[in-house]
Amino acid sequence: MNKYRVLTSIAALGILILSLAAPAPATQLAEREILPNGMVVLHSGRHSVPMVSVVMAIKAGSISEPAAKAGLAYLTAALLTEGTQKRSSREISEAIEFVGGSLSASAGADYTTVSLTVLKKDIELGFDLLSDIVLHPAFQEEEITRKKTITVNWLIQQNEDPGAVASIAFSKAVFGEHPYSRQVQGTIETIPSITRQDLVDFHEAHYAANNTIVSVVGDISKDELKLLLNRYFGDWQQAKIAENALPAAEKKKGPAVIKIDKDLTQTNIILGHLGIARGNPDYYAVLVMNYILGGGGFASRLMDNIRDNRGLAYDVHSYFSASRYGGNFQVGLQTKNESANTAIGEVIREMKRIQTEPVSDKELADAKSYLTGSFPLRIDSNSKIAGFNLAVEYYGLGLDYVDRYPAVINAITKEDILRVAQQYLDPANYVLVVVGNLDKADLKY
Amino acid sequence: MKKIIVIPVLFVLLSVTAAFSLPVNEYLLDNGLKVLILEDHKAPTATFQIWYRVGSRNERSGKTGLSHLLEHMMFKGTKEHGPKTFSQTIQRAGGMDNAFTSRDYTGYFELLASDRITLPIDLEADRMQNLVLTRDAVLSERDVVTEERRLRTEDDPQSFVFEEVMAATFKNHPYRWPVIGWMSDLRTLNPDDLVEHYRTYYAPNNAVIIVVGDVDQKKILEKIRMSFGSISAGPPVPAVTSTEDDQKGERRVYVKKEAELPYIMTAYKVPSLSHEDGFALDVLGSILSDGKSSRFYRALVYDQQIALSAWASYEGLYKDPFVFLTGATAAQGKKIEDVEQALLEEIEKIKKTPPSGQEVQRAKNQVEASFVMQQDSIYMQARTIGTFEMTMGWKFVDSYLEGIRKVTAEDVSRVAQKYLIDDQKTTGILIPTPKEKGS
Repeated sequence: MNKYRVLTSIAALGILILSLAAPAPATQLAEREILPNGMVVLHSGRHSVPMVSVVMAIKAGSISEPAAKAGLAYLTAALLTEGTQKRSSREISEAIEFVGGSLSASAGADYTTVSLTVLKKDIELGFDLLSDIVLHPAFQEEEITRKKTITVNWLIQQNEDPGAVASIAFSKAVFGEHPYSRQVQGTIETIPSITRQDLVDFHEAHYAANNTIVSVVGDISKDELKLLLNRYFGDWQQAKIAENALPAAEKKKGPAVIKIDKDLTQTNIILGHLGIARGNPDYYAVLVMNYILGGGGFASRLMDNIRDNRGLAYDVHSYFSASRYGGNFQVGLQTKNESANTAIGEVIREMKRIQTEPVSDKELADAKSYLTGSFPLRIDSNSKIAGFNLAVEYYGLGLDYVDRYPAVINAITKEDILRVAQQYLDPANYVLVVVGNLDKADLKY
Repeated sequence: MKKIIVIPVLFVLLSVTAAFSLPVNEYLLDNGLKVLILEDHKAPTATFQIWYRVGSRNERSGKTGLSHLLEHMMFKGTKEHGPKTFSQTIQRAGGMDNAFTSRDYTGYFELLASDRITLPIDLEADRMQNLVLTRDAVLSERDVVTEERRLRTEDDPQSFVFEEVMAATFKNHPYRWPVIGWMSDLRTLNPDDLVEHYRTYYAPNNAVIIVVGDVDQKKILEKIRMSFGSISAGPPVPAVTSTEDDQKGERRVYVKKEAELPYIMTAYKVPSLSHEDGFALDVLGSILSDGKSSRFYRALVYDQQIALSAWASYEGLYKDPFVFLTGATAAQGKKIEDVEQALLEEIEKIKKTPPSGQEVQRAKNQVEASFVMQQDSIYMQARTIGTFEMTMGWKFVDSYLEGIRKVTAEDVSRVAQKYLIDDQKTTGILIPTPKEKGS
């Protein structure tokens, strides 16, 4: 809503980027159970604050929608809170906001997340609302029209954000035919074509108990939770779920450069290529390698070179975004138009360097020390634990992940780093997206 | 990422202000250093923070952005600990560190597993006294900050409007310039300016330490005494004497910039939260803006569909009187004049007719709930304590809930009538210009 409130999250961004370096691991934090209707339940009782956080992951993300209907998964999720068979949009928001709770739904690429946070005393109301919006959304025509208009407006406004413009162009170029190429919100072209029937059908096909993980953390016992789940989700039906058969993303040959001209003082740069899926056995070696390259904030080579030594950028980072069905690698930075060539050159140089020279003992030790030592910070609140448990389940990491993680990280050698840098970085065949004042940037790429 | 600016609309006020009756223990060292400790043993983590009472409010024309640039330089090393070591030391211990600068204060924080929480204490004590400010390092970091300014403001049309509105709202108070500083000032700040700023404001008697988390307060206080106790108090810091002159009529500014949708932001001059009208202003902001059941969302986004977003925010947590903001982004094809009119109509409605009992109660319930929920995060608890301490004293947190509970529907109408008036407002409008290449 408030632009500036959104920006305040920048304060947390530094922390976020660092923690992106690792998928939040956990200690044996949760008890797991599969309900008779197939819903997977993860429960962590934490009783010191009288509140409960519920995060539900329904495998109904944008990868499950047809390309011509891009935005369908997003609209379906966005309309959950806009009216059910017995409650209007207004009744839903007034009910949850009156008790100071929050209830929201949003689609991602792999799955849709529905989140509820309430005080313990309001847990009954919370589950009633949660179940109502997930199981019985009304998809009224008036609400559909309204949400489509807002989404189109939102997409238009995104063009004001050079980082978003670069990121959309990058995904499109890197992933090609793979659904990860699409923006979850869809496009100005596809959204108008989505009908009420599309929404109803998508909901019916994908919103099912056996397609859902629910993670509950807070002041609630297992018995209380089971009663609530039975009362509010007991009747939820199973559906026949077909495993997603996705087209493979193809590696590109040669650099592809996308230039977008805008009247900006800075050039926004993203350079990268396809990466790895979360299930790749080299995931952890890649994690350590990337921490040294550009994932480790001020401990990283890119930050040291481009920000600290050259003063060329405020933010420079790299990351492997590793999802269930694939991923990408990208370096992102912003620099004044006139420095764009220099900065791009340094990015490519650092990628080559980590492919040709072993990292130092200190770099490796520091990276391991951070990745293992920061573990307690990743699971020190209800909201973090709820998200963590969900990731452990979704990616099949196992409830012993917490115990295994340090050993896995500590086993990685300099040779591993060199090998994965050679295997998963490609400083010759990259996609380079540049959004800025192209006259001033005068690109050599 | 690192070394951040506190964006002017600092937090959703109701959530940050909701930290009443926290069991904080206060200590004062002989050199004037205040220490606030809150034990919280829910998880084996803790945060160590040191806040200095200096921000862009303490700067002067021509030298804007000095506090924020100094914040960046604080990571550049001391006599004992060379450049680039601070964050690396914290990260090696599995920790995270960062900093923020606002109009009123500058804060540094570390988050760590609680068995390592003493690690930053010596480092913070060291950089309070022994910072090295070399010419090369300053010039290089100045470039970094200019990049930060381009990123946050120059190339972000709505942020740009906010700067223009603040510069027009305040004529003679230092709140008129942005925390990050004007570009032309950033280009000329020099090492001597920084040395002077550092010597003036970085002393134990101008700082507050805040520790929240899984700590034994006796032990950590002892460690703080050992590291900070020997640092001499500095001379009293110069007072900021500016008070803003009365505004005698509406002010308007326009920004023409490459953008997609028109945007409006209005700042009304209001008193701080410590004023008797503060609580009612806070509730007013909530009724207008918090959530989808709020009036602005309901009217402009949902019913009339003329705005993509519409919001209000009472900015009461400042040392000197600041602003109540309203704003909206026009939907495609809608006129910004109509959006402005719709915002004003909602304000007129609440002036004429007090809000319903349910609306007032909702705002109060949201405050109480957010008080409970913020205890989920040690970081947020520390930020709340710090923000109150820097502006009206951390103990004010205790009176906050009580104050909010007493607000009536009539109070809300009354403060709207008193403060949300044309003669006290400054409006900024973003007029998107057709795309063309910059020259």
